[in-house]
Amino acid sequence: MSMDLDLDEINEIFFEESFEGLDVMETGLLNLDQGDADSEVINDIFRAAHSIKGGAGTFGFMEISEFTHVVETLLDEVRSGTRQVSKDDIQLLLKSVDYLRDTMTALQNKQDVDAEAGESLRQQISAVLGNGGQDDSTDKKNIDEAASEDSKSEAGAEDNVDKFLESQKLWTIIFEPHLNMLQSGNDPLRIFRELESLGDLEVEALTESLPVFEKLEPQNCYLSWKLYLCTEATRDEILEVFDWVMEECDLEIIEPENTTEATDEVLEEEISKETENIIANKPIQSNETQPTKNNESNNSTTEKKVTKSKAAPKPVAKESSSIRVSIEKVDALLDLVGELVITQSMLKRFGNEYDSDSLKELGDGLTQLERYTRELQENVMDIRMLPISSNFNRFPRLVHDISGKLGKKVELKLSGEHTELDKTVLEKIGDPLVHLVRNSLDHGIETPDVRVAAGKPETGVLHLNAFQEGGNIVIRVEDDGAGINTEKILAKARDKGLVGPEENLSDDRINNLIFHPGLSTNDEVSDLSGRGVGMDVVRRNIKDLGGRVEIHSERGVGSVLTIRLPLTLAILDGQLVRCGKETYIISLLSIVETVMVNADQVNDVAGGARVYHMRGNYIPVISLNNVFKHDHNASVKNKNSGLLVVVESDGAQVGILVDELLDQQQVVIKSLEDNFKQMDGLSGATILGDGTVALILDVPGFVQSFLSSEIHKTSPHKHAA
Amino acid sequence: MNTSEAQLIEEEHFNTDSEQFLTFMLAGEEYGVEILSVQGVQGWSKTTPIPNTPDYILGVINLRGAIVPIIDLRKRFELEAIPYGSTTVVVVVKVTNEESDRTVGIVVDGVSEVYRLDNKDIQAAPEFGDAVKTEYIKGLATADEKMIILLEINKLISFDVIEEAFSNDEVNT
Repeated sequence: MSMDLDLDEINEIFFEESFEGLDVMETGLLNLDQGDADSEVINDIFRAAHSIKGGAGTFGFMEISEFTHVVETLLDEVRSGTRQVSKDDIQLLLKSVDYLRDTMTALQNKQDVDAEAGESLRQQISAVLGNGGQDDSTDKKNIDEAASEDSKSEAGAEDNVDKFLESQKLWTIIFEPHLNMLQSGNDPLRIFRELESLGDLEVEALTESLPVFEKLEPQNCYLSWKLYLCTEATRDEILEVFDWVMEECDLEIIEPENTTEATDEVLEEEISKETENIIANKPIQSNETQPTKNNESNNSTTEKKVTKSKAAPKPVAKESSSIRVSIEKVDALLDLVGELVITQSMLKRFGNEYDSDSLKELGDGLTQLERYTRELQENVMDIRMLPISSNFNRFPRLVHDISGKLGKKVELKLSGEHTELDKTVLEKIGDPLVHLVRNSLDHGIETPDVRVAAGKPETGVLHLNAFQEGGNIVIRVEDDGAGINTEKILAKARDKGLVGPEENLSDDRINNLIFHPGLSTNDEVSDLSGRGVGMDVVRRNIKDLGGRVEIHSERGVGSVLTIRLPLTLAILDGQLVRCGKETYIISLLSIVETVMVNADQVNDVAGGARVYHMRGNYIPVISLNNVFKHDHNASVKNKNSGLLVVVESDGAQVGILVDELLDQQQVVIKSLEDNFKQMDGLSGATILGDGTVALILDVPGFVQSFLSSEIHKTSPHKHAA
Repeated sequence: MNTSEAQLIEEEHFNTDSEQFLTFMLAGEEYGVEILSVQGVQGWSKTTPIPNTPDYILGVINLRGAIVPIIDLRKRFELEAIPYGSTTVVVVVKVTNEESDRTVGIVVDGVSEVYRLDNKDIQAAPEFGDAVKTEYIKGLATADEKMIILLEINKLISFDVIEEAFSNDEVNT
């Protein structure tokens, strides 16, 4: 059992490395595409492909290694200069990269592999490779292998058993490891598994040479095996499996139809007489051949079978859950923990023998403790931080593909790729970003002729920029396209009844309407965008991460989408506020300002709503006490007193009335959902210094739930907010 | 640990037809929950109220770094409320459903005993018709000549119950 786990772990490493390799290939190919036919670039691509092939072969992912082999052949021609890369070649190679990525993802999740797609790509590449003799053989071999794979897979189905047996040969393999084979790290089990991936395998252990227990050296291999392998594979393929142990064993491979020849094929050394006798005396019936018991542990075999039986239940795709951490970060942590231990022992002294003279020392110790704790916290957070480049890297490809499809010329600029983000945030921001980029390409940047007519350069510029601003990470998607057609949006919104016919909205307000579900300005629905389901999802995802998104746009000049995200999900810079007897926390991120309430500036609007007159604007006022209904007396009291925390939510400002401002501090966000349930208007809870629990206000949600419930009838702005 | 308790533990090894229950007092009646679902018993501490929740949800507390909701069982059963006294305790239980485990604290008047009850000695809850909900009562048993109402904790604090409470709530629509 533990064996399987190990294998899974190793496979995971293989996948991780291979995905990296694929990224390298993709980046390289895109560079080639831009006419950069540097030999170094080609070598990079080739090397990446080669490592994937090698790894896949070792771990028994034959689909991948065989496919990569074909790709490698093509790359080799490019590398050696016998072939000039064309656009089509690159397109084909990019497609191959995609196919490999899909296949690996499928294998990783133990899902079906799309063998047909692979086969068609393989044929395409073979066609490109031309009819050169040396390639031909490779192709044939590959196709043969593919065919053998197919028939192998079908073997799972009972009705095919007969046909399957006809096409296979029964090989007998005598495998006698030398005593010291195990010491070189070779594991016969691995070999058997690999053999099993070639066909049905029956293993018989020969224990004759096993010494009596007292004489048994645990590190020696006393066993030898007789293997019956029913397969279509050639002798060479079987030999390949034993490649690594050739020097350390006696091996005989016998083909039943041709026993004499096989006996000649004794490898390395002669086989012992006894074993020979055993073979001779044991005729084997092929239909008795059974797969070995450890079938279950053999990933490649199981997966191949799954490939054909579509009905097999798919395991749920798992998200990768490991991170690579640089050794420096770990060392820094270790140092800090060491310091903490020292400080702790220093403080412990005071517990045992305390006198008032040591008060200063105690104070120093506590300061030290505080410092180390904070550093430790920062360092631990740092471990979860990854550069955003891993996310940005997919965009050159995306932009290349989409702009090609749309017939637009786009230059992609990336900056701030080294900005670090929390791993969770990074994972979740990927899809929204892709969406925004697609939108910019589809709606924003115009086709070359339109651009020229508008007096702009033919090539549009899409700029992705990430940087840190205070406690936030800002990601900006900027294009110099057409900008948002505010009239069109407004008309659409009026159409759908989101905005009243008489209502006048500011441009920014209108722009933010694009985040409303069901609103798309693209008249034609394409596979890229236009269904109007995108932007609201984008906004929701970003909101879920505790961030916000804004759009600024100018007709004919371009649009800028700004995403603001908290540095990390686990810690929040919060303003503690008191309201009645309770303490709440408002994220500093959302607070615009805080003002003392001047009674003259508070106005009641008919219907129970209240607004505050601030610098010429009337902003709605929400009393925390009223909404949370926990202390009615207090809410009466602070009608004209207290503090107004002005927060911004979805581009609109809202004042939250509280009794008192307390500290500002970093708080650790704890989930309410774990043991209770998600609450509207609350994003979680935290534990304060005194051990009590304080609730964290989810400002956008809070405002939303207030607006939709309280001002429902009185404000025409409800949908816009 | 007294002898009867030690005996109980010993019995556990060869008696699989019985279960242990922790009992607690609530308005003069003794209720029992399966001891395996009990995470701990602790004194009453101040809770942080959660706005717009039914009144039997007193709020949340910090239980070793986790945020745990506290339910007042008297209010839940619509019994007369009494001020919390020195014996008032919070029984922390683990509620299991298909998706997840949740930890919830329930406030009771006081803990009483640990009983081992044979499954055959547990009677099904009598039918009261529609008037009284009995789905969260596992059964009735007698120990030391007293009646013990055994609660099915997973049903009592199932999340339908909490959802149900929310659906009546206007602000959270």
